[in-house]
Amino acid sequence: MTKLDSKIPEGPLERKWTDHKGHIRIVAPANKRRIDVIVVGTGLAGASAAASLAELGYNVKAFCFQDSARRAHSIAAQGGINAAKNYQNDGDSTFRLFYDTVKGGDYRAREANVYRLAEVSANIIDQCVAQGVPFARDYGGLLDNRSFGGVQVSRTFYARGQTGQQLLLGAYSALMRQVGKGTVKMYDRHEMLDVVVVDGKARGIIARNLITGEIERHGAHAVLLCTGGYGNVFFLSTNAMGSNVTAAWKAHKRGAYMANPCYTQIHPTCIPVSGTHQSKLTLMSESLRNDGRIWVPKSLEDAQAIREGKKKGSDIKEEDRDYYLERRYPAFGNLVPRDVASRAAKERCDAGYGVNKTGEAVYLDFGAAIQRYGKLQANILHIENPTPEQIKELGTAVVSEKYGNLFDMYENIVGENPYLHAMKIYPAVHYTMGGLWVDYNLQTTVPGLFALGEANFSDHGANRLGASALMQGLADGYFVIPYTVGDYLADDIRTGPIDTKSAAFDEAEKAVTERIDHFLNNKGTKPVDDFHRRLGKVMWDKCGMARNAQGLQEAIAEIRQIREEFWKDVRVPGKANEFNQELEKAGRVADFLELGELMCIDALDRNESCGGHFREESQELDGPQKGEAKRDDVNYAYVAAWEWLGEAGKAALHKEELTFDVVKLTQRSYK
Amino acid sequence: MGNMKLTLKIWRQNGPKAKGELNTYPVNDVSEDMSFLEMLDVLNDDLVRKGEEPIAFDHDCREGICGSCSLFINGEAHGPGRMITTCQLHMRKFKDGDTIHVEPWRAEAFPVIKDLAVDRGAFDRIQAAGGFVSVNTSGNLVDGNAVPIPKADADTAFDAATCIGCGACVATCTNSSAMLFVAAKVSQFALLPQGKPEAKRRVLAMVEQMDKEGFGNCSNTGACEVECPKGISLEHIARMNREYLAASVTKE
Repeated sequence: MTKLDSKIPEGPLERKWTDHKGHIRIVAPANKRRIDVIVVGTGLAGASAAASLAELGYNVKAFCFQDSARRAHSIAAQGGINAAKNYQNDGDSTFRLFYDTVKGGDYRAREANVYRLAEVSANIIDQCVAQGVPFARDYGGLLDNRSFGGVQVSRTFYARGQTGQQLLLGAYSALMRQVGKGTVKMYDRHEMLDVVVVDGKARGIIARNLITGEIERHGAHAVLLCTGGYGNVFFLSTNAMGSNVTAAWKAHKRGAYMANPCYTQIHPTCIPVSGTHQSKLTLMSESLRNDGRIWVPKSLEDAQAIREGKKKGSDIKEEDRDYYLERRYPAFGNLVPRDVASRAAKERCDAGYGVNKTGEAVYLDFGAAIQRYGKLQANILHIENPTPEQIKELGTAVVSEKYGNLFDMYENIVGENPYLHAMKIYPAVHYTMGGLWVDYNLQTTVPGLFALGEANFSDHGANRLGASALMQGLADGYFVIPYTVGDYLADDIRTGPIDTKSAAFDEAEKAVTERIDHFLNNKGTKPVDDFHRRLGKVMWDKCGMARNAQGLQEAIAEIRQIREEFWKDVRVPGKANEFNQELEKAGRVADFLELGELMCIDALDRNESCGGHFREESQELDGPQKGEAKRDDVNYAYVAAWEWLGEAGKAALHKEELTFDVVKLTQRSYK
Repeated sequence: MGNMKLTLKIWRQNGPKAKGELNTYPVNDVSEDMSFLEMLDVLNDDLVRKGEEPIAFDHDCREGICGSCSLFINGEAHGPGRMITTCQLHMRKFKDGDTIHVEPWRAEAFPVIKDLAVDRGAFDRIQAAGGFVSVNTSGNLVDGNAVPIPKADADTAFDAATCIGCGACVATCTNSSAMLFVAAKVSQFALLPQGKPEAKRRVLAMVEQMDKEGFGNCSNTGACEVECPKGISLEHIARMNREYLAASVTKE
């Protein structure tokens, strides 16, 4: 069995990255011009990496399946980006951000990677400001911050509820600057369908031009996968419709290990499902939990009356409301981490306290915040003895200033005014902490193949804290990969251009073409979405917010069944050599059908509860922590890295033991 | 499932050079909670089952921020309703029995790829011409708080920067002008100290590229502002015009 070498540098935690950067090899400017790098995906990680590498002098080819690099799904991130700037003087530091992230990840992340992330976080803000990213500012003209779940300091930088958009457009502008210079060649509406491995090294990709259907070969000395997460395996998620696992899965099948695939983040504050036609779920930023209070009625009768439309939330008196997060977790209240908040909502709804037709919704209420801000604003404006109406009006204006776009979005989707009626929310699949296994240099188990951002597994352990995804994407792309890829490429200065006529390219292209032909010639009866929906339901019911051995075993059998039917009975209309969106979906769902099984296998192997992974068999049975997740550090303090063994459902487990030199493992209590 | 019955008249075109036409499709069981795109999903599902080709249309995030979706519905970019994209348009805006016309963005600079999907690559090329601050990645930049920016300027720059690049402004304009799109980017950077050093070069280069792409002139009808899903203000066009004039006069 291969031993996983995480290549964590020696030395004290706070010196590792600096020392490593100082000692790894670099490629001289004249030699960089002879080296080609492929970047797949143009979200925060991909756009920042492609731009930075081109600035350094490498020849970059960037690929995205969207019609423009600017549309990658990082664009939809709402709340913010963390950075240990300590502008608020509230005790923040690199160490505290590191500590919060390791703890928030339930002690299943690598200390060294997380420390580096915290270390470069402050540079990200400086970089983005310099690019013209219009962050929120206070009246003194300085950058504003807000707080986010799972932490007790204010370190989140934001641009209203559109932080991901502003950061991505910043990275995109840097990328387009290089495209204009000709140092990046941009391939939009192109989908990577395989990675090509030559003599054990990643040397290129096979891509499909989504407009013409042409299958293209692209050679390079290194391939960077910045292709995001795989939450769409659940069919319904907050991901974009096109978000998929295909690039990462192809890499897995070519030898890259898949790490902790079962770690899925179920986000607590999403708009509940409204019907069977639903194609995706919409997130309401976690920042709303700064001011919104989450509750359900204390009595089952009230909950039932609300579900039947006989009562409204506003009819329930203050003393008859159960602010269950504040009750269970007094220290963090509504700002507990996402996994904790999601499970608590499920617990209340399963017990019969849900507040919409389906019984799967809880209230997120801004009534108290409107009052508080209204009174504060009246003081600021020197209004003596303000009337209740004035307070409400002033408070509503403040809430609107902070969260206006989110409230508008809610009203559009639900058709109800959230300033007047408490929002209804429910957890939904949002982010995947698992991903391709990478070492400290972000290199996968295939030399020359790197994974950045959500596509890798490295920084968030079993649960990601809010506002840390943007931080990781940009850290990897701007500040990590430009150094570490150079160390790898130093061996390639004399390699010369990669020959794309080699047998490895022939073989990869043939496999891609055959699969496309199969889909188009398959005389099935059901559309792709049919199978995707069925897969999603199995995953949500049995590998979602709570998992147990029996359910996971059933899920594995059911997924195999769906997969078999899919290959026999899927119908894909149209032709290969044209714009064919059903064909695109078919390829992605085929890969989800294999990934889903591996997620269940991984979840079954991990008989402990940690972060987003909650095994019903592993919970505290009594004492003050009763019902809380129970981690098992003796048996499961490892990264589960799975090796593809030639067919779906067959995978070998490799364990990377996690050692904690600095942080002491304790039960993650938010009480 | 819901109980609305609708008649859709949808533009079908099998490629950039093919001749297109409006085809009629009845759809039943439409629920008012569906988004417009979910309603098209239902139609496409049905078409695939019947062995017909589904309707091609661009979409991705389905929450109004990626800018992919781009339908001209009953003569309006992104359909009825203000400050929303097509994916945020819900069927409760329509009535049982309605006939709905669905067409692609129409502009010389946005050629049709297939059915309702168009090529908006021109926007990327305009961005590449100058829509950036020329700053390389560096871990040693000045501190983010070293230069205070008045809140009003930061907020206005943000308002401009919320443009999602969907192209509704172009599709709406009788001249197919891209002024609102270009002005939003020019204005964002013109308002920030970081964007000032190359402001002149930027506005000239972006406008030059815009003209090269075949977008029309602005005749100040203001339709773009009305249809913009992000409510980008015409003020930004005025600011760009000032920037452009100043840059042209003082060009080195």
